[in-house]
Amino acid sequence: MVPHDHFSRAVSRRSLIAASGGLFAWSFIPRFAHAAQGRDPRFITIILRGAMDGLSAVAPVGDPDYVVLRDSIALSVTGDKPALPLDGFFALHPAMPQLARLYQAGQALVVHAVATPYRDRSHFDGQDCLESGYETVAANLDSGWLNRTLQSLPKGERVALPSGLGVGSITPLILRGPAPVLGWAPPSLPKASDDFAARVAELYAIRDRPLYDALTEGLKIDAIAAKAGMGDALKARGGEIEQMKIAATGAARLLATEDGPRIASLSFNGWDTHANEGGATGRLAQLLGGLDAAVLAFEQAMKPVWKDTTILVVTEFGRTAKINGTVGTDHGTATVAFLIGGAVKGGRVIADWPGLKPANLFEGRDLAPTTDLRAVVKGVLADQWGLSAAVMAERIFPGSASVSPLRGLMA
Amino acid sequence: MSITASLKSEAAQLALSRFGLGARPGDLKAATVDPRGYVMRQLAKSKLALLSDPALPSTDVIFRHQRYQEEMIRRAREANAQATANAPPSAPNMMAGSAPTAMMANPAGKPTDKPKKEMQYQDAMFDAEVTARFARWATTDTPLLERLVAFWMNHFTVSAGKNGFVTAATGAFEREAIRPNILGKFETMVLAVEQHPVMLIYLDNQASTGPNSRAGNNGARGLNENLAREALELHTLGVDGGYTQADVTAFARILTGWIYTDPSNDDVYGGRFTFAPNRHEPGDVSVLGKTYPEGGMEQGEAALRDFARHPATARHIATKLARAFVSDRPPATLVSRLETAFLNSKGDLAVVTRALVEAPESWALPPDKLRSPDEFLAASLRALDIPTDCEPLLNALNVLGTPMWRASGPNGYPIDSSAWLAPENITTRLDVALQFAHRGRTTLEPDVLAASLFAARLSLETKVAMSRAESREQALALLLMAPEFQRR
Repeated sequence: MVPHDHFSRAVSRRSLIAASGGLFAWSFIPRFAHAAQGRDPRFITIILRGAMDGLSAVAPVGDPDYVVLRDSIALSVTGDKPALPLDGFFALHPAMPQLARLYQAGQALVVHAVATPYRDRSHFDGQDCLESGYETVAANLDSGWLNRTLQSLPKGERVALPSGLGVGSITPLILRGPAPVLGWAPPSLPKASDDFAARVAELYAIRDRPLYDALTEGLKIDAIAAKAGMGDALKARGGEIEQMKIAATGAARLLATEDGPRIASLSFNGWDTHANEGGATGRLAQLLGGLDAAVLAFEQAMKPVWKDTTILVVTEFGRTAKINGTVGTDHGTATVAFLIGGAVKGGRVIADWPGLKPANLFEGRDLAPTTDLRAVVKGVLADQWGLSAAVMAERIFPGSASVSPLRGLMA
Repeated sequence: MSITASLKSEAAQLALSRFGLGARPGDLKAATVDPRGYVMRQLAKSKLALLSDPALPSTDVIFRHQRYQEEMIRRAREANAQATANAPPSAPNMMAGSAPTAMMANPAGKPTDKPKKEMQYQDAMFDAEVTARFARWATTDTPLLERLVAFWMNHFTVSAGKNGFVTAATGAFEREAIRPNILGKFETMVLAVEQHPVMLIYLDNQASTGPNSRAGNNGARGLNENLAREALELHTLGVDGGYTQADVTAFARILTGWIYTDPSNDDVYGGRFTFAPNRHEPGDVSVLGKTYPEGGMEQGEAALRDFARHPATARHIATKLARAFVSDRPPATLVSRLETAFLNSKGDLAVVTRALVEAPESWALPPDKLRSPDEFLAASLRALDIPTDCEPLLNALNVLGTPMWRASGPNGYPIDSSAWLAPENITTRLDVALQFAHRGRTTLEPDVLAASLFAARLSLETKVAMSRAESREQALALLLMAPEFQRR
């Protein structure tokens, strides 16, 4: 599937070059991983930075207000590129056929109208809340909930990975903390997204004409090269889907090894779709397609241990229920989370649907949160690692005693 | 803010960018008190340009190690060839396993099952030298000195790609021939450079032999003009300096016998510059209308001193400094100031550099030069506190088109920013900026950092773009891409 041979030489110092899809993993195998009984679970958290539009990823096509709010970018289960029906009310974005397949096979579930406790709309703070696991965001956060989870597990043997894998200074907050972690990233320098290029171009358009001309000319060349299929797919702008696949495959191979890490986190960037978000096709569709490809890459590369694998896909918050004036969506509140993998009791959408009538929207604009994301994570941690509600409420998600673990998510 | 205060803040920006490597948080405040004084004070600390590190030995020691390694490889190849010759002819995979290709990268670029080759001495040395430079760029309090080192290193370009000796000792060349001399007499630097083993290899003087020398009479190879030509064209007079092909050939004769001693032949002088009388072309030689009487090594030294003080050289260096530091098209008045300073001081680079910093033209606004890739890298290191391990940073310089110490020709990398204002270079900067932002260790919020680096010069547009960024990383990358950051 992935023809690139990046992995045979992946574990060199050069591979520590940072990439948006970088993997960070715990450098110990939990002691009970080697126990004969039960599972040897793998747990991967994928963070979609920029706030993924949950109403487009998993569209409430059964809600009559949906098409009114979303207008030209609303998905439909009929037409050219129909959304993929899940349960009669929700339909998955057509860019994610692999996820639909896994859902049908009972290996993927959706949690909708879910949110962290964060209620403002800053990306930075929202990601801090998502990753730290703290109820309120303070300055200088020192650790993330995944790292504190690691500390709560019995420490086992040091993961025996080739010496080139080092601890980076670039660990994401979710894995930051006293438990030692490893960093790995695909060896090639990833290309900046079209979105980032557009932001810089906008800045230059006003501030610096010569830089603007050079940049836009360069982007034109890149686009032509990509269209013509010239050169390495990785080098082409818009090759971000390829990058997501490569990051996922690399991570999966490390996680699949017997003495490799068991817990990891990846980030995919670019979900801040303020303008020209697109519907069944377009910008968001492209990103969701990348996520879908990454999921398939995980499934394929982790085949022997897929049955013990759980992938949690989360984002800092959702987007406005109504499209804005630039055919995009602005920062919102509730969104979706995915649980994917052989260890998941899938084939269902878990949602206490709040509705999309104006009165039902959070602050009159966003999908209202009805499920606390911490309940979902707690449920996974309890089912997979046997962590107690008390430990989770005190240590992993401090101050969350009132948020009960959502049990029964695991097969 | 009063007009004076605003001008002072602009000048402080220039002090840090045009004459520096970019601000670290807090630097702007320090420079604002007296921007010009902030720069001038650095010129009084020329010793801080030196780089001594127990892990970075002198050229002769490096050459000895390199020679030893090459000898070991040679022996291994011989043994291997012997073994291959003794093996039955039907041995499989003869091509892939044969001795000459065993040391080379797999030519087909296909994955191989062989264990990874151990890092060779020259690559380890190169990495150590480069890492020391990156660390220096990130932390130095005398960034103007580092800019001068980079300027002169580029002026006297050598390429680490020449061979293993040069790869291993390019850093030593810079430490020994450039760093001690950036604020000394120009002729001292010229002599240190042209007598350095690395330059003697890079521009092939090691192979040059006088046709009528003893070695020449014994059938050794002949004259090689490379060093002589570049010393005139690039290092001193400049391409329009008024010399002829006859001058080049004549000077090449003078330079015969300027070599370094083979480290395997001499335990004391091995790997050091020496004058080899048996390779030197005998006789008086006339260059640029002046006759240099036969005098061994002194003949070449006298000629080089004259070239270094030549009016054409003063013009060449003055123009290049002004273009590199101030503007692709510097005002004639600025060039003329520097030229005069050079001539009056007989090429005292401290005087010339002071003249550059003191000239009112040097503080002209707006800053219209684009940072070169290495300046962009250094400024990013300082702004975001990026770790200085060499591989990702070397990779960044590779993709930006200026691999460290590996210019494709002896003319070095372009000094005009028009070279970097190219579509491919700017789009590549997007990728690099994101990588830098990803690796930065700064704990400051992006808006706080931006304010600390740019104060009033931070544009509203940059502020807005940063505040709308989808992540801290993206905000930091936007800061690195902002015109305020890219221009100097």
